[in-house]
Amino acid sequence: MSRDLTAYKNVWVFAEQRHGEIMPVAIELLGEGRKLANELGVELCAILLGDKVEGLASELVKFGADKVYLAGSPLLSTYNTDGFANAITEMIRTLKPEIVLIGATHIGRDLAPRIAAKVGTGLTADCTRLEIDPEDKKLLQTRPAFGGNIMATIICPDHRPQMSTVRPGVMQKAVKNEGRTGEIIKVDTNLAQNDIRTTVLEIVKEKKAKVNLQEAEFIVSGGRGVGSQDGFQLLQKLADKLNGVVGASRAAVDIGWAEYHRQVGQTGKTVRPVIYIACGISGAIQHLAGMQDSDYIIAINKNPEAPIFKIADYGVVGDLHEVIPQIIEALDKQEAY
Amino acid sequence: MKIIVCVKQVPDTNEIRIDPVTGTLIRDGVPSILNPDDKNALEEALVLKDKNPESHVTVVTMGPPQAKEVLLECLAMGADRAILVSDKAFAGADTWATSETLAGTIKKLNGFDIVFCGRQAIDGDTAQVGPQIAERLNVPQVTYVESLVELGNDLIVKRKLEDGYEMIKLAKPALLTAIKELNEPRYPSVAGIVSACSEKEIEVWSVNDIDVDLTQIGLKGSPTKVKKSFTPEVKGKGVMLKGTPQEVSEQLVGNLKSKHLI
Repeated sequence: MSRDLTAYKNVWVFAEQRHGEIMPVAIELLGEGRKLANELGVELCAILLGDKVEGLASELVKFGADKVYLAGSPLLSTYNTDGFANAITEMIRTLKPEIVLIGATHIGRDLAPRIAAKVGTGLTADCTRLEIDPEDKKLLQTRPAFGGNIMATIICPDHRPQMSTVRPGVMQKAVKNEGRTGEIIKVDTNLAQNDIRTTVLEIVKEKKAKVNLQEAEFIVSGGRGVGSQDGFQLLQKLADKLNGVVGASRAAVDIGWAEYHRQVGQTGKTVRPVIYIACGISGAIQHLAGMQDSDYIIAINKNPEAPIFKIADYGVVGDLHEVIPQIIEALDKQEAY
Repeated sequence: MKIIVCVKQVPDTNEIRIDPVTGTLIRDGVPSILNPDDKNALEEALVLKDKNPESHVTVVTMGPPQAKEVLLECLAMGADRAILVSDKAFAGADTWATSETLAGTIKKLNGFDIVFCGRQAIDGDTAQVGPQIAERLNVPQVTYVESLVELGNDLIVKRKLEDGYEMIKLAKPALLTAIKELNEPRYPSVAGIVSACSEKEIEVWSVNDIDVDLTQIGLKGSPTKVKKSFTPEVKGKGVMLKGTPQEVSEQLVGNLKSKHLI
C-alpha cells in the first residue's frame, strides 16, 4: 500500500453527539487537536454526523474548529456502526486528513476500528498523550498497556491518516470563544437504507449511572484497606460532606465492595478531580494511571511504604476508620465558623 | 447453527510486577489465562448450544504453541472444535494484522451464523480486533453486548453504553463482542475435561492453511509500530502530615481551606 503521504493534511476530530448534545470528550479532542494543528501549521476540523444537528456546528467553531464537516441524514439520527463508518470513511477518502482523533467512548471504540479497517490505516487505542515528533512531524501516540503497568508510544509511519482513539477525561477541554468564526461545510453522505444492517429499537438512559466520576470535583476512593462493604459507607459519608462521589480501586471492585462503574484506573475510568482522597489504596501503577492527574491527591494508608504516598500532595499514615470521622468533624467545625 | 469464538491467551495483568531497578516488566512466573471477556464470549456460544444442541462451536486463537493451553480449557468448557493459528509469520502483529489473520482463518471454516469475540484483551485493552474482523468478513457488528436473544434469523442485542444501554436488532450472520455482564462463565465439568483431553484434538494451522494477504500479516503487515515503551512516571512531592487522627485531620482541612479548595 504505497501512497503519497504528503497529500494528507489537517487534523480532524470526531464530534460525538448523543441526543443532540456534544459529548464532553469532543471538546477535549478540540482542545488537544488545536495544539497538534498549530504545531503542524494546519487546520483543525470537526466532523459532525447526525440528523438535525446543524445547531451544534457553530458551537464546535466556538470551541476552536476552523472547519466543521457536517453530514446530516435521517439515517444517522442515532449512532449505528454501518452508517457512521461508511460516511466517515467516504469523507476521509475524499478529503484526506493527516490525523483523525475519536473519543474512546463505547461509540468511538465501536466506530474507529471499523473505519481504520475500511480506510486501510493503523489505529492506536485509548491514547492518553499525543505529541508531534519534532523531527519528522509524525504523530506520537502514547497509551497504557499491560493493565497500565507500562506505557507505549505508537507511530503509524507509512499509512494515512494517523488515527487514534483518545481516553475521555484525559485531555484539556478547549475554551469557548463566542467571537470565533469558522466554515461549516455540508457533506453528502450517499447512504442508503440498506447500507445499515442494524436497527436501534430503543435507547435507555439509566439513572444509576449518575455516579459520574469523570465530572466530579471531589472523589473519595477506597481500596482493599477499606476492609468491607460497610467501610465504603464511611467513604460515602465523607463524599456527601464534600459534595463528591465515591470511587474504588480495581481490588475493591474485584472483591465486590464497590460497583464496577466506580472503578478508577487503567481498566476503569480516568479521573482528574480537584481533590482525590485515596483511602486504603496502596497505589498499584494501574490505579495511578487513572488518577495521577488529579489537582490534589490525599492518601490515607496504614502502610507508610505504600506507593500511593509517592504521588500524594498530603499523606496521612493511619487507619482510615479513625481518620475519616475526624476529617468529617474538622469539616463540620470549619463550616461552623 | 455455526458459531465461531475468537479467544486470546493473555498474561494475568493483575500479577505483573515491574523490576524496580531496570523499570521493565517482569514476565517470568506470570500465569497465562484465557482472556476474561473471551470467556464470556465462549460462554454465550455454549448457552446457545445448550438451547440448540445441533449447534457447533469452533474456537480460534492466534498465538504461540503454548496458546494450546487456553484452547484445551475452551474444549473442556464444551467447545466442539479448537484451532490454533500459529506461525512465525504472524509474530509482532498489531490489531490490523491480527484481524486479517483471524478473518482469514474464519473464511476457511465454510460459513458461520455468529462470530463471538471478547470486547477487549487485558494485555492490550484495545477492543479493536472484533470490529476489524467484522469489517473483513463484511458482517454487521454489535460491541459491548450485555444480553442476547435469538429470534428466528434475527438477534436482539442489548448493547451497554456509559449512561445506559440500547437495544439493537440485526440479522445473522453477525459479529458480537462480549462484556462480563453478559453471563457467568461455567467451569469445565469433569466429563468435559476428560473429553477434551482424550477425544478432542487441537488443530494447528499455519499461514498456508488460511486465506490471507501475506503483505498484511505479522510485524511487516502492521501499520502501527511501537516506537518505545516505558514505565509511567510518577510525580514526586507532597507533605506527610503527622500527629493524632484529630490533629492530622485539622491540618488537612486547614490546608485545603487556605488553598480555597473547600
